[in-house]
Amino acid sequence: MDYRNVLTTCIYCGAGCSLYLQVLDGKVVGVLPAKQHPISEGRLCIKGWNAHAFIHHEDRLTRPLIRDNGAFREASWDEALTLIADRLREVRATHGPDAIGFLTSAKCTNEENYLLQKFARVVIGTNNVDHCARL
Amino acid sequence: MDRLDLLREAARKVLDSGQVEGVLALRADHGGTVPHLFHPGDDLSDLALWPKFPLPRTVDMLLSSHPEARLGIVVRGCDERGLIEMAKRHQVDLARLTLIGLACTAEEVAYCPCTRPYPNEIAVGEAVEGVEHVLAAEQARLSLAERMAFWRRQFAKCFKCYGCRNVCPQCFCEQCTLEDDLWVERGVLAPPFPSFHLIRALHTVGKCIGCHECELSCPADIPLTILYTLLRQDAQEMFGYEPGASLEDKPPLVVAGVT
Ligand code: SF4
Ligand code: SF4
Ligand code: SF4
Repeated sequence: MDYRNVLTTCIYCGAGCSLYLQVLDGKVVGVLPAKQHPISEGRLCIKGWNAHAFIHHEDRLTRPLIRDNGAFREASWDEALTLIADRLREVRATHGPDAIGFLTSAKCTNEENYLLQKFARVVIGTNNVDHCARL
Repeated sequence: MDRLDLLREAARKVLDSGQVEGVLALRADHGGTVPHLFHPGDDLSDLALWPKFPLPRTVDMLLSSHPEARLGIVVRGCDERGLIEMAKRHQVDLARLTLIGLACTAEEVAYCPCTRPYPNEIAVGEAVEGVEHVLAAEQARLSLAERMAFWRRQFAKCFKCYGCRNVCPQCFCEQCTLEDDLWVERGVLAPPFPSFHLIRALHTVGKCIGCHECELSCPADIPLTILYTLLRQDAQEMFGYEPGASLEDKPPLVVAGVT
């Protein structure tokens, strides 16, 4: 029997509540609030209490999907990223940079979010950047 | 030797006995504590005391996932009472557990506040007197209309995190009424007054052992233990029942065939 708790930060919003992932025999089975944390003080909202739920979920996407004729098919990262780059270039050339918007995520680090807005502004040339916490 | 060293020694004895796969206790971590399963031979220097965590819930999960395993567990008064009430409802098999009883200190008792701050069998520490829940006593002196107004104000803050239920060692139903659309509509805040909170309160009558974890986990700072303390007092006055005090006493709602 191997039971341990791993301290981490909730991925769902910018408040940054702290929680423990309960790991039993290598599987994440639940969440415990972190009582010592200066922001969350041992409390969580319903999202934090369920922050582990997607980790082993059968619906979780593990590979890129491309929609072909209305149906999704699995694709390699190379194929998916090439398609994205081609389409971004195409839309920008036809309709201008402001026809494109970027949605970033609380599940990423600050640095990753910084990179995405930098990409939007400098590479594409638009200020259309928003965040999943406002959706 | 101080209390923590004595607890380490007691845990070491249980681990060395060859009777258990591990001892569930608290471990010091990032300036706080967290439940941890210590195995025989493990270094116990980071075994810790406070802040407490509700361990019965965790031990239930561990025993259920390993039906053959036997474990040791450090129990404060509330943990032991919680396990006793869970055992009465076939949630844990006490024969598979070795309890290491820990008595709480006066400071810990004041923090909770708790009327029975020690387990039946104390391995570490000395029993100190319990204290009254002052806010509950004050509430009991209010009129019904004043109490209603108080709880209407308090429960209006609830945003249905379900933390009070998630953390409670006595909330173990597989189908929770609070997730039944008939009683609690999805996507609506605050939850229905007063049914949401009364459903949970009434479902814990004869089970709530006053660990205070529900209130400690409430992001809305709702003083839930006022309600639970008064309900516990009612059960004691009306049925002479004190949850967790002994394995033999039959809970009133079990006798009545309600739970
Ligand atoms: S509720 Fe009572 S037994 Fe439990 S930790 Fe607090 S003082 Fe100790
Ligand atoms: S004090 Fe709260 S968390 Fe503890 S047993 Fe009672 S209802 Fe459950
Ligand atoms: S912990 Fe507080 S906010 Fe969360 S459901 Fe319970 S009473 Fe409501």
